[in-house]
Amino acid sequence: MGLVEVRWHGRGGQGVVTGSNLLARAAIQEGNYAQHFPEFGPERAGAPVRSYTRISEEPIEIHCGVYEPDIVVIIDPVMSRHAKEYCYGLKTGGDILLNYIPPEDDEIIRWARDNGYKLHVVDARKISLEEINREIYNVPLLAALIKVRGLCQMSTLEDVLAKRFKGKVFEMNLKISRRAYEEVKTIVG
Amino acid sequence: MAQAQRIAILGDEAIALAVKQANVDVIAAYPITPQTIIVERLSEYVANGELDAAFIQAESEHSALSICVGAGLAGARVYTSTCSQGLALMHEIVYATSSMRVPMVMTIVNRALNAPLNIHCEHGDVMAERDSGWVHLFAANVQEAYDLTFIAFKLAEHKDVMLPVSVNMDAFILSHSIEPLTPISDEDAARFLPPKDYELAIDFDNPITHGTMALPDTYMEFKMQLKEAVEGVKEIFPEVVEEYARISGRKYWYFDSYMADDADAVVIVMGSTYGTVKTAAKKLREEGLKVGVIGLTMFRPFPEEQLVEVLKNVKAVVVMDRAYGYGGLGGPLYTDVIGLLYRNGIRIPAKNIVYGLGGRDFKLDEAEAVLRMAAQGAREGGFDTHVQWWGVRA
Repeated sequence: MGLVEVRWHGRGGQGVVTGSNLLARAAIQEGNYAQHFPEFGPERAGAPVRSYTRISEEPIEIHCGVYEPDIVVIIDPVMSRHAKEYCYGLKTGGDILLNYIPPEDDEIIRWARDNGYKLHVVDARKISLEEINREIYNVPLLAALIKVRGLCQMSTLEDVLAKRFKGKVFEMNLKISRRAYEEVKTIVG
Repeated sequence: MAQAQRIAILGDEAIALAVKQANVDVIAAYPITPQTIIVERLSEYVANGELDAAFIQAESEHSALSICVGAGLAGARVYTSTCSQGLALMHEIVYATSSMRVPMVMTIVNRALNAPLNIHCEHGDVMAERDSGWVHLFAANVQEAYDLTFIAFKLAEHKDVMLPVSVNMDAFILSHSIEPLTPISDEDAARFLPPKDYELAIDFDNPITHGTMALPDTYMEFKMQLKEAVEGVKEIFPEVVEEYARISGRKYWYFDSYMADDADAVVIVMGSTYGTVKTAAKKLREEGLKVGVIGLTMFRPFPEEQLVEVLKNVKAVVVMDRAYGYGGLGGPLYTDVIGLLYRNGIRIPAKNIVYGLGGRDFKLDEAEAVLRMAAQGAREGGFDTHVQWWGVRA
C-alpha cells in the first residue's frame, strides 16, 4: 500500500474531521499505522474545513501538513460540483470522491480523464434523505472511500462506528454507509 | 512484558491515560484557553470513578500550580498541564516548585506566547522556564509523550532527584492528532510507579519548614543544591529508562539519533519535527549524502557529555530552534550547542535554523533542504551565516 495521504473537504458542522478521524481509527485497528489531524483554524459552522489522514503499513514519522494527497474526498454536495477547485496538489493517478453524481457531459469527467485522475461518485445526500430523512455525509463518504480504495475492511469501519456512536445514531450511520458502500461508482478509472 | 495492542488515540487523551495509570492523587488545573483536552479527560476519569484523585479547578494557572505545590508537599502524587500564556502566568510558582524540591509532573503543550495572538506550536513558552531548575523532556510523537509521562513521574519522585519534571509536546501537531499508541498495562504502570514515598511530606507530629526565607548567608547553598540535583538527573536517567524498557520494550535515552555516528553533518532538533527530518535524512542517505539527525529528548539537564560523543566526529552541525532568544546569539538550543562545542574543543561550523514559530508548518522538502545545507557546511568547512530564520518573507 505504501504511504497514502487523504485530504477531506467539507463545511464546518458536516463531520469532516470525524470522517478523517474514523478512517485513522479503522486503519490502526487493522494493525496499520495512521495519523489524523484537522486543519487548525477557527471552527465556524458552514465555513470550508479540511482534515487529513495518513495511512501506511510502516510507522509514520513525519509531522507536517499534506500538500500532495493521493486522495481528495469532498463531502459537501455543493463543493463537489466545483471539485476542480479542491483538487490542488492531487497526485497524478490520484482519486477524487464526490458527494454528487455529475451528468455524463459534465466538464469534471473530461477534466479528471485529461489529468489522469480517477473519479468516484456517490449521492450520499439522496441516500441519507431517503433512508433516515437527515443529511449525514461523512460516514457514507468514508464507506464509499473504503469500497473504491480498500484502505480497510467495511467490517472494521462498522466496528469503529459501533464504538463511536450509540443506539439510533449508530443504526442510522450503519444504514447509510452500507448503502453508500454498495452504490458508489467509479466513472473515470 | 504483557503483549499489548496498538490503539488509535488523540495525543491529549494519551497523556490523560498515562496520568490515570500513574494513579495521581491530586490534579489542579485552570480549564480555559489555552488549556487542552488533557485535563478535560482527567476530570471525566475522576467524575466517573475511574481515577481516585482530587480534581481541583483553580481560578488561574498561578493558583493551579500553587495548589500542586501544597499537595506535593503533603505527600500526594500531583499533576498539572498548561500551555503558553498559562505557563507564563505560572512563572513565579515554577521557580518555587523546583527550589522547594516538590516532585511533580506537568505536561506543557507547547504554544506560542502573545503577541500577536496565536495558539499554535512553538517552544517559546517552555524556554521562558528553561533556567527554573525543572527537568525538561521533549516528545517527538504521541507514543513518546505517553511514555515520558511515566518516566517523568519516576524521575521526579526518585529520592536523589525530588524535582518537578515537564513533558513537552507540540501543540496541535501531537496534542490534537490521532496516532497509534501501545499502552503499558495498568499492572505494569503500578509496578513501575508504586505509591509515592516522599520523606519530607508534611507531618503534623514532626513539623518542618518548607519554603523558608534564606538571606545572603545561606541562599547560595540552597541554589547550589538545586544545581547539583538537576545535574544529577543525568546519573539517574539511565536506570529509570532501563526499568521502563523492561515493561514497555521501548528504550529511551538522552536523545534519539538517526545515522549520526558516521555522519559528516548532523541536524539537532526537538519535538515532532524530529520525525520529519529523520524521514528526509533516510532519503538523502539513499543518495549517499552522509547526514544524521539527533532528536533531543532531555533538554534540561543538558546531556553535554553524551552529545560530545557524537559531535566530536562530525564536520558540521545545524541546530533547529522552534523558539528564539531575542537580542542574543540565537535560539536556546543553538546557544547551548555552540557553548558545548567551544568548551569541549570541537572546532566545527554550527548554524542555527529558527523555524515553525507560531505553528508555521515545516515540510518534508524543507527538512531535506536543511539537511543538504548541513552537508554543504561540512563540505565547505563553514556556513554563510550564524542564524537563519527559515522561510520568512522579506
